[in-house]
Amino acid sequence: MSRTKNLWWVIAVAIFAVFPIVVTNPTYTSIGVYTLLFMACATSWNMFSGYSGYIALGSSVFYGTGAYTMALASIHLHMAPGAAMFWLVPLGGLVAVVVAIPVGWLALRVRRHTFVVITIAIFFIFQLGAINFSFTGGTAGLSLPFVQWGASYYNVPFYYVALTIVIVATIISALVRRSRFGLQLLAIRDDEDRALGLGVRVGAVKLSGFALSAFAIGMAGALYAMFQGQIYPQFVFDPTFDVSVALMSFFGGLGTLTGPLLGALVLESAQQYLTVTYSNGSLYLIVFGALFLLVITFMPRGVVNYFIDRRRRALAASSAASPASSSPQPAPSVGTLV
Amino acid sequence: MTALLRAQGISRSFGGLQALRECNLEVEQGSITGLIGPNGSGKTTLFNVITGYVKADTGTVTFDGADITGLEPDKVFARGIGRTFQLTRIFARMTVLENMLIAIQHEESWLRGMTRSKSSKAEVDNALEWLDFVGITRLAELEAGSLSYGQRKLLELAYVLVANPNVILLDEPAGGVNLTLINQIAEKIRELNAQGKTFLIVEHNMEFVMNLCDSVTVMNQGSNLVSGKPAEVRSNPQVLDAYLGGDDEEDEVDVNA
Repeated sequence: MSRTKNLWWVIAVAIFAVFPIVVTNPTYTSIGVYTLLFMACATSWNMFSGYSGYIALGSSVFYGTGAYTMALASIHLHMAPGAAMFWLVPLGGLVAVVVAIPVGWLALRVRRHTFVVITIAIFFIFQLGAINFSFTGGTAGLSLPFVQWGASYYNVPFYYVALTIVIVATIISALVRRSRFGLQLLAIRDDEDRALGLGVRVGAVKLSGFALSAFAIGMAGALYAMFQGQIYPQFVFDPTFDVSVALMSFFGGLGTLTGPLLGALVLESAQQYLTVTYSNGSLYLIVFGALFLLVITFMPRGVVNYFIDRRRRALAASSAASPASSSPQPAPSVGTLV
Repeated sequence: MTALLRAQGISRSFGGLQALRECNLEVEQGSITGLIGPNGSGKTTLFNVITGYVKADTGTVTFDGADITGLEPDKVFARGIGRTFQLTRIFARMTVLENMLIAIQHEESWLRGMTRSKSSKAEVDNALEWLDFVGITRLAELEAGSLSYGQRKLLELAYVLVANPNVILLDEPAGGVNLTLINQIAEKIRELNAQGKTFLIVEHNMEFVMNLCDSVTVMNQGSNLVSGKPAEVRSNPQVLDAYLGGDDEEDEVDVNA
């Protein structure tokens, strides 16, 4: 990665870091927390589904697992409400990884549409479980130890922990992208059987990628539970979460590093803002729909991929104009690429 | 000489269709063996059985003295049997160089793949060397999906070679390829064979097979008909029959046909 690119990342993190200092209104810092949670989840989802092409629509299994881990652990450990509970966030991530192993082992036996359907089915099993088991509190949900921070300050610690999760998820995704493992995931996306025939252990690669992607999502769920102080099965095992995370990645650019971050930033903050400002819970759906139609019509590969392709074409055109250059040129046209 | 790769009594049916029927095949160490036969005679299915993509109903495949029947494709590949596909299969949205790097990785465990970078300098050099061997180094940074059909064939050959298998199975290397490129591919095969690589080639282009191969096995309706030197096979009445579509009733001599 180049110097300038690194600089952009630093600037981005700095902007996010000063946001709650500049904007102190709890309404907006709360939007910030939700947005960061979705940025982490979309990035982590993309780290597996975007790279490997296995579009999972059951990620809230891990989100909910993280949330219930936080709730059950803090309740049964009789934790004093306060910052110490943040230590349970990584635990939520780890439990989600453990849950992801059998789920992935089952779901990853099938491909494409069947995989999508299976992940949805598994999601409903988890939701039903949370509703019907007694240890989850059923439909009444669970109340966590209540953190008594002042209303004006309450969101800020959550904001920074959420930002940390986003950074962790992004670093994991970047490392995967640069590793041999990431290359194997991309090969599986393009032609799984061929990859197998070249010695890629597709089963192990897929399962470890799937489980790894559960980590940040589980952490986000755990933080969400603590942030809310009260969880219900239908809100942590939420089908719209599954769809949102996938759509955010599609919007930004599937398989890119920045795409899911951008998609979640734009869509989640817009949704929260519209909901809060117009106190209308479904207005965002209309805006979402319109935005989506625009992006899918004019940038079918997502916003980030659209600009990458444009730059490539510009480069190809400029190097074609100067015949002296003999260096390998980037793909000249999107038409030939899938 | 003993056979390096041997398939014995392989049968396989898909539903009611008997694709392979007690089929036998031997590939000698260091040879270029041709596998020919009319369309649908089971050549590609036999390839798939050998390389683990299709499980045989009966029969055994042995390689270098070890039984490899029913192993998964990645295991077969790890033993040293590389193959290409009739319809080339490359990783379209990865660069040509990344395609090559996928084939190199079979030497390490999957866990190691998570903790290391995409490639070392030595691996890239090795990959570029093989790209140079097939003459497509200048395409290394391109997305593989933008290559022409012939270039894809060369890329597939290159990334099978970079993994350094002992036996290379080529499924119609000359299919749909122009004459210059066919000669180029034949040249590469000879060159590698001289270095000790063993080849098994499925091909419809008779000239290509007859000029290149040390021995030829002819398949018909799922079983091996005859094997021998190209010249012997060419004049065999059963072979002519299989290819030209002889009629059983007029077929006066051969009971086995």
